[in-house]
Amino acid sequence: MIRFENVTKTYPRGTRPALEDVSLEIERGQFVFLVGPSGSGKSTVLRLVIREEPTTSGSVLVAGHDLGLLPPRKVPRLRRQIGTVFQDFRLLPNKTVAQNVAFALQVLGKPNRLIRTLVPETLAVVGLEGKGRRMPHELSGGEQQRVAIARAVVNKPAVLLADEPTGNLDPATSLDIVRLLATINASGTTVLMATHDNVIVDEFRRRVVELADGRVVRDEAQGLYVPKEAPVPAPAPERDPDDLWSDPDNGDWADEIVRGEG
Amino acid sequence: MRLRFLAGDVWVGLRRNLSMAVSVVLVTMVSLYLLGLGLLAQRQADAMKGYWYDRVQVSVFLCSRGSLQPNCGGMPVTEDQKATIKSQLEEMKPLVKQVFFESEEEAFQRFSEQFKNTPLVGNISVGDIPSSYRVQLSDPTRYEVVVSAFQNAPGVASVQDQEKVLKKFFTVINYVTLFAVIVAGLMVLCATLLMATTIRQAAFSRRREIGIMRLVGASNFAIRTPFIVEVLIAALAGAALAIGMLWATVHFIFNRYLTNIVLNQALISANDVWAIAPYLAGGVVALAVVTSTVTLWRYLRV
Repeated sequence: MIRFENVTKTYPRGTRPALEDVSLEIERGQFVFLVGPSGSGKSTVLRLVIREEPTTSGSVLVAGHDLGLLPPRKVPRLRRQIGTVFQDFRLLPNKTVAQNVAFALQVLGKPNRLIRTLVPETLAVVGLEGKGRRMPHELSGGEQQRVAIARAVVNKPAVLLADEPTGNLDPATSLDIVRLLATINASGTTVLMATHDNVIVDEFRRRVVELADGRVVRDEAQGLYVPKEAPVPAPAPERDPDDLWSDPDNGDWADEIVRGEG
Repeated sequence: MRLRFLAGDVWVGLRRNLSMAVSVVLVTMVSLYLLGLGLLAQRQADAMKGYWYDRVQVSVFLCSRGSLQPNCGGMPVTEDQKATIKSQLEEMKPLVKQVFFESEEEAFQRFSEQFKNTPLVGNISVGDIPSSYRVQLSDPTRYEVVVSAFQNAPGVASVQDQEKVLKKFFTVINYVTLFAVIVAGLMVLCATLLMATTIRQAAFSRRREIGIMRLVGASNFAIRTPFIVEVLIAALAGAALAIGMLWATVHFIFNRYLTNIVLNQALISANDVWAIAPYLAGGVVALAVVTSTVTLWRYLRV
C-alpha cells in the first residue's frame, strides 16, 4: 500500500537530511506504529505519503502511484484516498460536529443525499451518536479527536495517517482513541500512526518501525516501544521541534497554508 | 463542489470580509466611472464629427449692410457677385458636394430654433447674421481649397471653416479623455492591488478551512473558486454602480443641461452608455479573474 524505496529527504534549509535512504513497505490492511525521538523523521514520512513534500531522491509509492511522477493536479485525488489525523484535531470551531465531518464531503462535491447518510453513520462508528449538533468546544479532547477521525474516514480512505493523535490526551482516553483506530484498521483501512506513547505501543503489540536520525533502525512485527535488549533511550520531549505539521503552542497550524507578507 | 455549498461559502466569505469587499466595490466603481467618462467623451467627439461632416463644412458668409470687413466696404453683396460665387462653387464639383443658400431671414430662424431656450435669442434680429452659401464637401479634410478660393473674393465677408471651430472643441475633449484615462488607469491599478490584498486577507482568515480542504483532497478549483467568485461579485457590483453613475451623468447632466448649448442630434445619449457597458463589465471580469488567479497561485499553496 505504501512503499518507500531508498528515500532521502533534505529540507531546503536543513543541514542534514530529515530522512536518509529509507526503504519501507507497508501492506494493505496493516497497522504500523512509527516511533522514534524528536527529529527522527516521523512527520517527514507522513508528509511524503500525502505528497505535501517531494522527496529529494528515491521514490514513494502509495496505492500504486509513484508520487514522484504524479502531476500536481492529481495530488488532490491521491489525498482523497488518505485520511489524516493530528495531535491538535484541527476542527473548524464555527461548525458543529456534523458540519465538520460533512465539510470533508462537501468540498469534494458529494451530493447532499449521500452526506446526510454518511455523516451520522460515521459519527456512530467513532462513538459520537447524537452529538452531531454540538460545537467542538463543547466536547472533551477525546471526543474532539473522534470528530477528527470521523472526518478523516468519512470518505472511506484506504489509508489513515495519524500524527501523534494521542499527544494531547490523557492515558485512558489515548487508549480509547487507538482502540478506535484499531477498529477502523480491522475494517481494512491501512493505519500508520506516528507516536511517542510507549504505553500504547506496548499495549497493542503491532508492527513497530523505529526511526533515528532519519534512518530506519528497527522494524519489528509485534514490537514494543523500547526493544528489550537495547539500552533505554533518553525520554522523548513533550514537543517535537522538527514537527512541521503541528505546533499548537506557537501560533496557528494553518499559517503555513497562506504565505506571509511578501 | 455543489452550487449551494459554493454560494454559502462565498456568502460567509463576503460577510466576514465585508469592509474589504466594500472597498473593492467602491474603488472599482470610481475607476470604471472615470474610464467610462473617457470613453463617452470620445464617443461624443465622434458623434459631433459625424454630425458636422454630414452637414456643412464651409460657410461662405456674404457681405451685408454694415459689414465691417474691409473686403465689403460697408456695402451688401450684389446679385452679380452672388451669381459668380455660386457658379464658381458649382465648378468645384466633385469636391463640392452640395451648395445651398441661406438668406438672412433663414439664418435668423435657424439661430432662433437652435438657441430657443437661451437668452441669446432676444438680442438678435434679422440681418445680424449674414446670408451665406453653405457648402458640403465630398472630402471634408480638403476644406482649404474652398477657403483659399473665396477668401477676399468680391462680396465675401468671410469664409468660415467648421473644422476650425470643431478642432478647438476636439482638443478640449481629447484632453478631458486623456486626463480621465490616466486617472482611471491609476484607479484600475489601485483596484488590482486592492483585489489582491482582499484575496490574501480572505485566504488568511480561512486558512483552517483551506488546510482541511487540501488535506481531504479538494481540487484546486474547489479551493480557489470561492475566492475568485467573491472578488468577481464585488467587482461586478462596482461595475454596475459605475454604469449607473454614467447613465445618470448622461441622462441628468448631459442631456438636460447641454442640449441648450450643443445640438441635440450631436449629443451622446443613454444608448452610448449601454454600448460601452459590456466592455466595462467584461474588462472588470477579466481583471478580477486574472488578479485573483495570480494572487491565489502566488500566496496559496495547494
